[in-house]
Amino acid sequence: MRRALLAALTGLLVACGKPVAGPDMDVILADKPARTLAEYGFFQDVSAREPARGVVAYDLINPLFSDHASKHRLVYVPDGEAATYNGDDVFDFPVGSVLIKTFAFAPDMREPEEGERYRETRLLIRKADGWAAYPYVWNEDETEATYAPAGDWLDVAFVDPAGEPVSIEYRVPNQNQCKTCHQMGDDIAPIGPKARNLNHEGPYGKMQLADWSARGILSGLPDAPPAVPSVAGMNASVEGRARAYLDINCAHCHRAEGSASNSGLWLGYDEAEPTKLGIGKHPTAAGRGSGDAVFVVAPGEADNSILTYRMASTEAGIAMPELGRALIDEDGLELVRDWISGMDAY
Amino acid sequence: MRILMMGAAVAVLAACGGGDEPSDADADTGTVAEQPAADGAAVLEPGDDFQARLQTMLIEAEEGSTITLPEGTFMMTDGLSLDVDGVTITGAGQGATILDFSGQRGSGEGLLITSDDVTLENFSIQETKGDGIKSKGADRIIYRDLTVEWLGDPDPENGAYGVYPVESTDVLVERVTVRGASDAGIYVGQSNNIIVRDSVAEKNVAGIEIENSTHAEVYGNVVTQNTGGVLVFDLPDLPVMGGNSTRIYNNDIYSNNTPNFAPPGNIVAGVPAGTGVIIMANDKVVVENNRFEDNQTVQVLITAYTEPFTDEDYNPLPRNVVVKGNTYGTGGNNPDGRLAEIAPLLGGSLPPIVWDGVTRWGENEDIDNNIVIDEGEGVGFINIGFGTYPMDLANVSPSMERPGGEAFGELEPVTLSHSE
Repeated sequence: MRRALLAALTGLLVACGKPVAGPDMDVILADKPARTLAEYGFFQDVSAREPARGVVAYDLINPLFSDHASKHRLVYVPDGEAATYNGDDVFDFPVGSVLIKTFAFAPDMREPEEGERYRETRLLIRKADGWAAYPYVWNEDETEATYAPAGDWLDVAFVDPAGEPVSIEYRVPNQNQCKTCHQMGDDIAPIGPKARNLNHEGPYGKMQLADWSARGILSGLPDAPPAVPSVAGMNASVEGRARAYLDINCAHCHRAEGSASNSGLWLGYDEAEPTKLGIGKHPTAAGRGSGDAVFVVAPGEADNSILTYRMASTEAGIAMPELGRALIDEDGLELVRDWISGMDAY
Repeated sequence: MRILMMGAAVAVLAACGGGDEPSDADADTGTVAEQPAADGAAVLEPGDDFQARLQTMLIEAEEGSTITLPEGTFMMTDGLSLDVDGVTITGAGQGATILDFSGQRGSGEGLLITSDDVTLENFSIQETKGDGIKSKGADRIIYRDLTVEWLGDPDPENGAYGVYPVESTDVLVERVTVRGASDAGIYVGQSNNIIVRDSVAEKNVAGIEIENSTHAEVYGNVVTQNTGGVLVFDLPDLPVMGGNSTRIYNNDIYSNNTPNFAPPGNIVAGVPAGTGVIIMANDKVVVENNRFEDNQTVQVLITAYTEPFTDEDYNPLPRNVVVKGNTYGTGGNNPDGRLAEIAPLLGGSLPPIVWDGVTRWGENEDIDNNIVIDEGEGVGFINIGFGTYPMDLANVSPSMERPGGEAFGELEPVTLSHSE
């Protein structure tokens, strides 16, 4: 009896003290989010550095700017299932799939891996009735990330990639704010994992889409999937890079199905109509966000364009995107300014 | 010993039980549990972390529940948002429950509603950095007994819209007060089936604006000290266009002479100070039984969209406009803006009703706008006779003759599915 009890006790300790083997579908598909990130079983260690089996790291050609945070992205597709390829939009992921994104800062973001600290992890879970978004905030010791529906404000200080020290109140978005950016009509949807933004060499040193296909988590991959130009690269035209930048940083809201649909300003990579792109377009509901400018994009006049005015602000009510940044993306701003300056003026 | 061990086993079980079963989020998230009221409504207590506790309640609200805000003034640091259907947010009254956003650090509005069948009532919102309350794609919403205001003198740094329902069907705004908006106090955009009534709009650039919307009634409102009182607009390059069927009646629209303080570039920045009602590029609009007084540019302005545009689906002309049975006090005696350039031709002041006389655009033929002025003989009217835009003062042919349009019959009364 005594031995049995001891054995039972030991078993319990192992089961609950150590993360279990791999993602737990009961937790993933539960009606409510787990209290801690560890309960999902995505990681082998409490600090979420070692993904569990079946949890695959990936990255994007162009990430959204988030105050220079490093982002560690993982995808989990349930065993034996696969996402279905889609050339234009986010892949169709099977129920139980999860996108995991951890935001981290290092003291000096010129060397982002030195002394890196995890601050928040966001989950997008493909439930039976659509995607759900849940924010988790890490403790000081990085031993536990706790569900934070109301988000949080974190004091974050670091040296930015240009060598300037910055100190910000970093916003962990609340659950509704997650939806603001991830809105797709009445549903929510991932933003990043589109073919055109995944189609490059990923963190395992392999062409990412082919690797997903080889792992069996992606089906229907064509021979020549599209790719966006790298915003940071110098291989593409200024226009191509600027449009790629607007695509990943703005178009999740600024599209027909997005949170900013009523603006009529649509900034997706495939948008062809100049007025919808803001060229010669008057503001709709910008208020003081218009600055002194009359057009969203005034061709040839980067200083007189609402687009650049709002990108260059950090003030609520003016700054765009409205959520997700406390700092100005100087490189992105310069690129968009170059694009506008290169247009023929009216 | 055995007992001890059993105790230990139970303790271990208890300690890790929670991990398997994500449960009661209030208890689990470390937020303070709120007290349920007798009727099941959640009552929010004042105190620390008010913003986070309120936002958590808004996220975790059950469909059909009520969230009660306590009396007092609460400093907000970020925008609030609700995305659960059927929720009522109620406070202790306008001016009794105040959410103060003067320290707001993020978000484009104070409160954002993105779910259906929501009722907002009995509280005030102050000093938001962007818009006051925005509801987007939020059908059957009710804004009732609310105040949204920016304090102090008119300031272009104030937020754009006070109350801002957009892309919605069945919108009710009643007994709402909005002050200080740098665009429109009460703004309804790209929506269908709208009632704005018994509200007060003052000291905004535009008091009440119905834009790119259909089937609206605006009645029983007090609209004063704005730059322009009530605007019915249709604008190009928007997902929803073709604004029509708006009735503006039984309103008190007076002394809207505040100098325009809208940031340039916004459409309302072109509204002349001293305007009662503007009907721009809309179809089937009735302005009836209102009282106009001391709007120093013009009481009622009927106009085409004045800017160049490329949108092929857009009609910039006002069509089927009826102005009848209103009373007009003094006004038109101190015109502002472009109309000030016309006034000298007419002895320095403008009559109560002015139509720009634009009947065509681009390469199109002239249309019959069907403008109906059904007022007493003493009520002055002028057709400036621009013909088309851009305007050319050398080419105008002003006429005091009423256009002689024919009324198009009564507009169908607006009925809201969620409210009488």
